[in-house]
Amino acid sequence: MTSLGTESKVQLGLVIDLDTCVGCHACVIACKGWNTENYGTALSDMDAYGEKPSGTFLNRVHSYEVQPDTGAAQTVHFPKSCLHCTDAPCVTVCPTGASYKRAEDGIVLVNEDACMGCGLCAWACPYGARELDKAAGVMKKCTLCVDRIYNENLPEEDREPACVRTCPAGARHFGDLADEDSAVSKLVSERGGMDLMPELGTRPVNKYLPPRPKDTGEEIDILAPLLAPVATEASGFLGWLDRTLEKI
Amino acid sequence: MFSEPKVETSPTVSDEVRKTTCYMCACRCGINVHMKSGKVAYIEGNRDHPVNKGVLCAKGSSGIMQVNAPSRLKSPLKRVGPRGSGAFEEISWEEALEIAGARLGDIRRKNPEKLAFFTGRDQSQSFTSLWAQSFGTPNYAAHGGFCSVNMAAAGIYTMGGAFWEFGQPDWDHTKMFMLFGVAEDHDSNPIKMGLGKLKKRGAKVVGVNPIRTGYNAVADEWVGITPGTDGLFITALIHELMKAGKIDLHYLAQYTNAPVLLNSDANSPEFGLFLRDSDQKPLVIDRNSGKLVAFDTKGIRPDLNGQHKIGGTTHTTVFHKMAETYLAPEHDAENVAERCGVPVKTIRRLAAELAHVAFEQEISLPIKWTDFRGEQHETMTGRPVSFHAMRGISAHANGFQTCRALHILQIILGTVEVPGGFRFKPPYPKSAEIHPKPHCGVTPDAPLDGPHLGFVHGPEDLALKPDGTPARIDKAFTWENPMSSHGLMHMVISNAHAGDPYKIDTLFLYMANMAWNSSMNSKGVMEMLTDKDENGDYVIPNIIYSDAYASEMVAYADLVLPDTTYLERHDCISLLDRPICEADAAADAIRWPVIEPDRDVRGFQSVLCDLGARLGLPNFTNEDGSAKYKDYADYIVNHQRKPGIGPLAGFRGDGQERGRGGVNPEQLDRYIENGGFFVEHIEKEASYYKPWNMAYQDWAVGMGLFDAPSPYLFQLYVEPMRKFQLAAEGHGERQPPEHLRERIKDKLAPLPVWQASVDESFPIHALTQRPMAMYHSWGSQNAWLRQIHGVNPLYVPTRIWEAHRFQEGDWARVTSPHGEITVPVAHQAALNNNTVWTWNAIGKRKGTWGLDEKAPEATKGFLLNHLIHELMPPKGDGLRWANSDPVTGQAAWFDLRVAIEKTSAPEVSKPNFDTIKSPIEPAAKDLAWKVGS
Repeated sequence: MTSLGTESKVQLGLVIDLDTCVGCHACVIACKGWNTENYGTALSDMDAYGEKPSGTFLNRVHSYEVQPDTGAAQTVHFPKSCLHCTDAPCVTVCPTGASYKRAEDGIVLVNEDACMGCGLCAWACPYGARELDKAAGVMKKCTLCVDRIYNENLPEEDREPACVRTCPAGARHFGDLADEDSAVSKLVSERGGMDLMPELGTRPVNKYLPPRPKDTGEEIDILAPLLAPVATEASGFLGWLDRTLEKI
Repeated sequence: MFSEPKVETSPTVSDEVRKTTCYMCACRCGINVHMKSGKVAYIEGNRDHPVNKGVLCAKGSSGIMQVNAPSRLKSPLKRVGPRGSGAFEEISWEEALEIAGARLGDIRRKNPEKLAFFTGRDQSQSFTSLWAQSFGTPNYAAHGGFCSVNMAAAGIYTMGGAFWEFGQPDWDHTKMFMLFGVAEDHDSNPIKMGLGKLKKRGAKVVGVNPIRTGYNAVADEWVGITPGTDGLFITALIHELMKAGKIDLHYLAQYTNAPVLLNSDANSPEFGLFLRDSDQKPLVIDRNSGKLVAFDTKGIRPDLNGQHKIGGTTHTTVFHKMAETYLAPEHDAENVAERCGVPVKTIRRLAAELAHVAFEQEISLPIKWTDFRGEQHETMTGRPVSFHAMRGISAHANGFQTCRALHILQIILGTVEVPGGFRFKPPYPKSAEIHPKPHCGVTPDAPLDGPHLGFVHGPEDLALKPDGTPARIDKAFTWENPMSSHGLMHMVISNAHAGDPYKIDTLFLYMANMAWNSSMNSKGVMEMLTDKDENGDYVIPNIIYSDAYASEMVAYADLVLPDTTYLERHDCISLLDRPICEADAAADAIRWPVIEPDRDVRGFQSVLCDLGARLGLPNFTNEDGSAKYKDYADYIVNHQRKPGIGPLAGFRGDGQERGRGGVNPEQLDRYIENGGFFVEHIEKEASYYKPWNMAYQDWAVGMGLFDAPSPYLFQLYVEPMRKFQLAAEGHGERQPPEHLRERIKDKLAPLPVWQASVDESFPIHALTQRPMAMYHSWGSQNAWLRQIHGVNPLYVPTRIWEAHRFQEGDWARVTSPHGEITVPVAHQAALNNNTVWTWNAIGKRKGTWGLDEKAPEATKGFLLNHLIHELMPPKGDGLRWANSDPVTGQAAWFDLRVAIEKTSAPEVSKPNFDTIKSPIEPAAKDLAWKVGS
């Protein structure tokens, strides 16, 4: 068992806007590209061109349909990666100390040198956010691009996770969620940001901004007068036109 | 006590960043290619680039898997087995070019029209068309005819530009945005970035689409319209707005042809044509003076309700005709709602919302500007409603008129080229009248008499031979589809096989998977490509194909010219072609070889330079007979379309000149230093009202976009269409064949009204769309993307799902008037209840694209193409009627109707084809991709 240590004063994480995410998978592939080339071993793809391709991804987008009580069904795109939980069960379950939550910024990482690929952490994670790399035999998970966000070889504006930098719709935000004045904390506060499955007591750092209500048009009642007819047929309309043109 | 391991938080990212242009789809974003030890290590978006400003989609980020794909062709190939078998031998480039040169040289000397040269997702059309024109064949076009020509042509004829490359919503000011029928990958990053801006501001997004995925999933309101009825829905919005007087009368009077006078005498040979002065300028009545004046007279207030009599002939305005047309009860929401699948109250409320935002939330920018009549304006008024649409509304036989109707809606609201509305991107706006007209004059051993494609303005511009038969193999610019500005690539193989209008010798294709997902009736096309005549010779005698990958089409070529991947080549994204401009800037870009090919492949455009020189083509040969361009890069820098105007607008002359300027031998180096692109911003006073704004017009002339200021009116009423109708009514010398008279009268109405476009004997609409993470067939070879979209079930709405008692894992037999397929189904609730759909081009033929034969793309994947014929069902008249829009020839993909029934699960989806012998080595099984240590 691994201890979580003292709770970090900085809790870096993501805020993901489900009202804006179009489900394009840009974040999935940017993550794959950066993290196969960087932190730890490559993210492998088994049977890459075959019958059952199966690769390691640290971030995936799931799509769900929602049927409201009234009105049309809706589609919600739901990107999911490690939530960097404050009470991370994947850390406490690790028998070797490979999984840990960083004291300085709260990022949950796997020390691949110490990981024996037992998979207990993936079993303990209620979000399914960890994947065992089949080629390397070590556990893989979102690093919050720990090798980007402090990277002095990158321009300052690029020191953010690859998924955030690439998101075309701007649906992903990165920052310190322990700081109430941070842009991400304000966004969470303004938009009613939510924890994923709070009942599990994992206290995720990442937050989701819920979709805004949809298909509410019929509730608008100020519009009816706008369509009061000026005429019902062409000749009357042209009469209206002449009267109106006089006024312009 | 646990101690944290030391993490290297500042690893070296790369040795070098090379900035070029993406080609994972048609978007052409800027990319930073991070290199390690000369290899591609990581690709990200270029923050400085005008298109994507740093972001990048899944396709773009997976480019590393594309340039290393096992499906890459390795060497020129000569067919050694029967066509379609995939049996090839590798040959040298010298041998390949000798074979091609000898055959094409012979054609050119005898009859250049025997070459049909068509390109697919080509981004070098200004170059490939120059080559074809120099060769002298009339038979050239790119893929626009089977893609979205309706969108392009309707936009250009109506308002001098369209959506996609032509323009964009004013994302920074719009308050209500309506998106019609946009495939998920279209204008990929810019639309997502724009939607993100709207979401941030809380602007309303309305998605009109039978399928609620992607952009429609995040829309605040979804209108799950019945396919093919968008035009009906739009004309109902026009009706409701006009009836309520919620239209921008000032805008209509000043900037459109609404006040232009029309001949209203039904017996006149000029009935429905504009009243013009001796300079051929359309005439209007000036409300200030009551006089008949040219539309562009200084200081006038054109009268929307003007009238003028000459002799016994009354002339009334276009607007008068619009009132008669759109106020008719057939356009009332009550009369269209059921057919559209949109409730009456929704149609009316949306009309009211449009009116509310356009007229009660008007915006005004404090920017002074001067219009083409010399009037000075203190501010720029905006109506912050904007629209965007794409193939969903255009790929129907009624698509041209539907796209036209959408533009009419935008224009009556006064929202085009105003703050908050739709904005053009340079080189648009540009009136249809200053575009070229089509040319088809063939002379052996000589170039064509002008550019192939363009805009017709009446029967005199059609591409007909002296005997009245079609001059082009695809029958573009004929009475069958007079305004076919992009050609009809989807008809080329079918027509060549039928010898209708004539036989050809060589079919020369580039980047077009015509033996699979880019053709209607794919199985039939494969048969046409392999069919032999009574002598045992192939009916289409010779096929040359260029592609970078082992696509389905490769097996049907006699000679294969292997292209490079996009990171191994030069390209130019040119203002002469499909540019990457923004509404506030002109921009162009290059690709350059950030890596060198490790195979015996050559960029296709460089091969055309070589072939052009071997054939002695003008524009490709110096006076002494030597090659004019050593490769495409040489062409990009040194070609001049006219003095001072070349493929690239940036860094011309001494390196400081932009737009116009002499050749700069160091131009490509300057582009590379600048991040692979060039951008020239438009000054503020020229930023809106561009078609009429003299500051913009002068700027455009300075940039070389056109040679003199060319302001124009928006054409609500398209007079060229009326000219075709007049011919069909018996006027004029050039007459349509009898069997097309009624159709032309019916379909070429100069004001758009909706007509049903589908055979309704089959009950259910069937559609395809491309996903955001996959581009056509290219994605299948991509190890990362195929894990996102490796299967494509047929999505079935709840009503049909329950009626057929489908369950997860079930299969269905799907039939159309043309054929049947057997495919896996999946339930989707957020879907029009009479529509089924699937992802386009996921299905693959076994043996292609470097995939294992058991790959799901080849076993469960499928194409709807097998259900769609390129011809309409025979009418018993012996004629071949194309499944295309009768105005433009646009392939009517989305008119497909099907029946569906549950069936037992077969082993593989049907139809199932033999495995093609692959010209490439089998792929490695597992990947653990890391370039650096």
